[in-house]
Amino acid sequence: MQKYLSFFRLRFSMGVQYRTAAFAGVITQFAWGAMGILVYWAFYEVDSNAFPMTFSAVVSYIWMQQAFLAFFTVWMMENEIFDSIMNGNISYELCRPIHIYDMWFSRTIANRLSSAILRCFPILVVASFLPKPFGLQPPTSLIHFILFLLTLLLGLAVTVSFCILIYSLTFFTISPAGLKILFTSIVEFFSGAIIPLPFFPEKIQKIMELLPFASMQNVALRIYSADMTNRQMFSAIALQIFWLITLISCGKKLCSIAEKKVSIQGG
Amino acid sequence: MITMEHVCKSYKIAKRNAGFGEACKALFHRKYEKIYALNDITFTIQDGEMVGYIGPNGAGKSSTIKILSGILTPDSGNCFVDGRIPYKSRIEHVRQIGVVFGQRSQLWWDVPVIDSFELLKDIYSISPSMYHTNLEELTDLLNLGELLRSPARQLSLGQRMRCEIAASLLHNPKILFLDEPTIGLDAVSKLAVRDFIHKQNQIHKTTVILTTHDMQDIEALTKRIILIGKGKILMDGTLEDIRKGNKNIDETVAELYRTYDI
Amino acid sequence: MSLKLYMHYISINIRSVMQYKTSFLFTAIGQFLISFQVFLGIFFMFQRFSNVKGFTYSEVLLCFSIMLLEFSIAEMYARGFDQFSGMVRQGTFDRILVRPQNEILQVLGSKFELTRIGRMLQAIIMFIYGISKSEINWTVSKIFTVFFMLIGGTALFTGLFLIYAALCFFTLEGLEFMNVFTDGAKEYGKYPIGIYGKRMLQFTTFVIPYALVQYYPLLYLLGRKTNIFYVFLPLLATLFLIPCYLLWKWGVYRYQSSGS
Repeated sequence: MQKYLSFFRLRFSMGVQYRTAAFAGVITQFAWGAMGILVYWAFYEVDSNAFPMTFSAVVSYIWMQQAFLAFFTVWMMENEIFDSIMNGNISYELCRPIHIYDMWFSRTIANRLSSAILRCFPILVVASFLPKPFGLQPPTSLIHFILFLLTLLLGLAVTVSFCILIYSLTFFTISPAGLKILFTSIVEFFSGAIIPLPFFPEKIQKIMELLPFASMQNVALRIYSADMTNRQMFSAIALQIFWLITLISCGKKLCSIAEKKVSIQGG
Repeated sequence: MITMEHVCKSYKIAKRNAGFGEACKALFHRKYEKIYALNDITFTIQDGEMVGYIGPNGAGKSSTIKILSGILTPDSGNCFVDGRIPYKSRIEHVRQIGVVFGQRSQLWWDVPVIDSFELLKDIYSISPSMYHTNLEELTDLLNLGELLRSPARQLSLGQRMRCEIAASLLHNPKILFLDEPTIGLDAVSKLAVRDFIHKQNQIHKTTVILTTHDMQDIEALTKRIILIGKGKILMDGTLEDIRKGNKNIDETVAELYRTYDI
Repeated sequence: MSLKLYMHYISINIRSVMQYKTSFLFTAIGQFLISFQVFLGIFFMFQRFSNVKGFTYSEVLLCFSIMLLEFSIAEMYARGFDQFSGMVRQGTFDRILVRPQNEILQVLGSKFELTRIGRMLQAIIMFIYGISKSEINWTVSKIFTVFFMLIGGTALFTGLFLIYAALCFFTLEGLEFMNVFTDGAKEYGKYPIGIYGKRMLQFTTFVIPYALVQYYPLLYLLGRKTNIFYVFLPLLATLFLIPCYLLWKWGVYRYQSSGS
């Protein structure tokens, strides 16, 4: 545990060092969120009855999405891991007394956590002070807030375990760039990063909600503004746990196969 | 002829101490420090001379090369190369020079070396006849032959360096700057590169300015050595001047560094 | 002469890319998919809503496809600017300065991103689809309008990439915010700018002239404005290149005096 903690500290202080980058990131995400909200506002003004969520729920969804972007974007993968697989440096990692899956997992979590912690507060603060209806509303209840935090972390874990699946697939492909871009676009679409899942037609939405991608950002962002009923919430959390376990066990299996492949072929 | 007169150049660099607390502090405030890369540099190099420009890392070697090749403008002082001021008439100036950065490649990684050469022909507007004569001569002297048809990524470091040097000479430059041309090369390649540079200087009277940490390069190639440290010229003389007695060249230079405390 | 050299650069770029055909193919398909999901986003929104501020599905598609086409053309040939921070960091720009050719030409030549053909293909399909669905009465002036939109828009995005590259001479940190103006504009430019409100329209008319290449000529295409003046507005946006070029020149000057 100690080594993971020290790795996290190292990452965090590296993140702090690039203060301008963090600041620019905040501005970018803020502008991105604001534009997104303006689009939904334009549609809302045309036909508020066709809106599947309350407008304030959409607004909270978007601000939270921007604040915790570092948790959920799949294109933000660890390039160092990709490089180490491609140039064969991964064989050095295999010599260390540490499981490669655990190392990737903790390092990706650490990176995403440190980056989100640096960036989320300014966005949350400014977004809460914006005038109605464009501002971020406080959580519906304490229970919702606690469940939001829980599902946020679960969602992060699901996203990370999915990313590691892609890292390990890199061992078996000739085009990691293609693999990455392919999965990125699938995840973005099905996780609700392009438009929130409730905006899809009901039948499609039902199917999408069962997929692992819906267990990433969708659950937490909708629980925050009470867009789900109690029943929906608990089944969503159960699904998150199910997918987390499934993805981790698949990932570990794939990793051990890949490790064998490396040790046989020598990289 | 190359002349540098009282050339000075300083940089501002950000300062930060190690540690987590310091990282947080740097979030709000940053300190700058002014350092002199070049402090009153004066020397003259005649046409056809071969000069070794040596000094420890950060002494100001690359700043000097950058000024001479027109990339960098000095704070004060004068610099003339064949009557031109490099940084004022850069485009005109760079036609007449060739630069080899030992650590960085100028060849296209994934296409045959000859394709990179063909592009350079267009970049420097080299006439077809001159291109062919030069290519033939370089291929012959550097023993490029088959290498020209392989992509740069498939070449060994030594093979690539020979191609890099050829690439820098296709346009018949009067002056050649070599920045650590033998770094990382095996013994055979090193000898080949040194031998070629020597021939190039003999045949075409190309002025060669060589920066290196490899004292054998200096020993093999140059009569004159300019030693720079902390932005100042500490010594300008021949190899014999600095080598007192029969000591090994590396020890001689290490002793020089100690004497000047650089 | 410069054009011949540039063509030589392009050909060497393409030959390099073709060394990795599979990777190229996958990346191009990926580029296609990424834009395709943006289209799907629009598609599903219009399953629910009949129009957005008076613009119908097919009209939005037309708007989206033209913007995407402009962006992908600019991205394809001006990718060298996009990767410029790496060039400054690794010192590759020094190599450019020791060669007797224009710096911009050499930077442009350093990277020609053929994979953007995937995105372009997407844009062309959407464009044809949008045209077939819309009820535009095509006239010569409207064809010219589309043509001018492509020129103006490509110039605008090129200018923005140039600004990004120029800023690399001043700082290598925090340039991420430029994404708002490039990727952000492509992303949110899929809807006619008018839907974002009056202030956004003013900003995109006078500061960064997106509206000149998108909103106003679109109104002309759709027959909502008839003044011939609207046909030529996109060409006005090419003037945006002037301040971008000056910033770049200043950046190069600064690089030569600071050396970093």
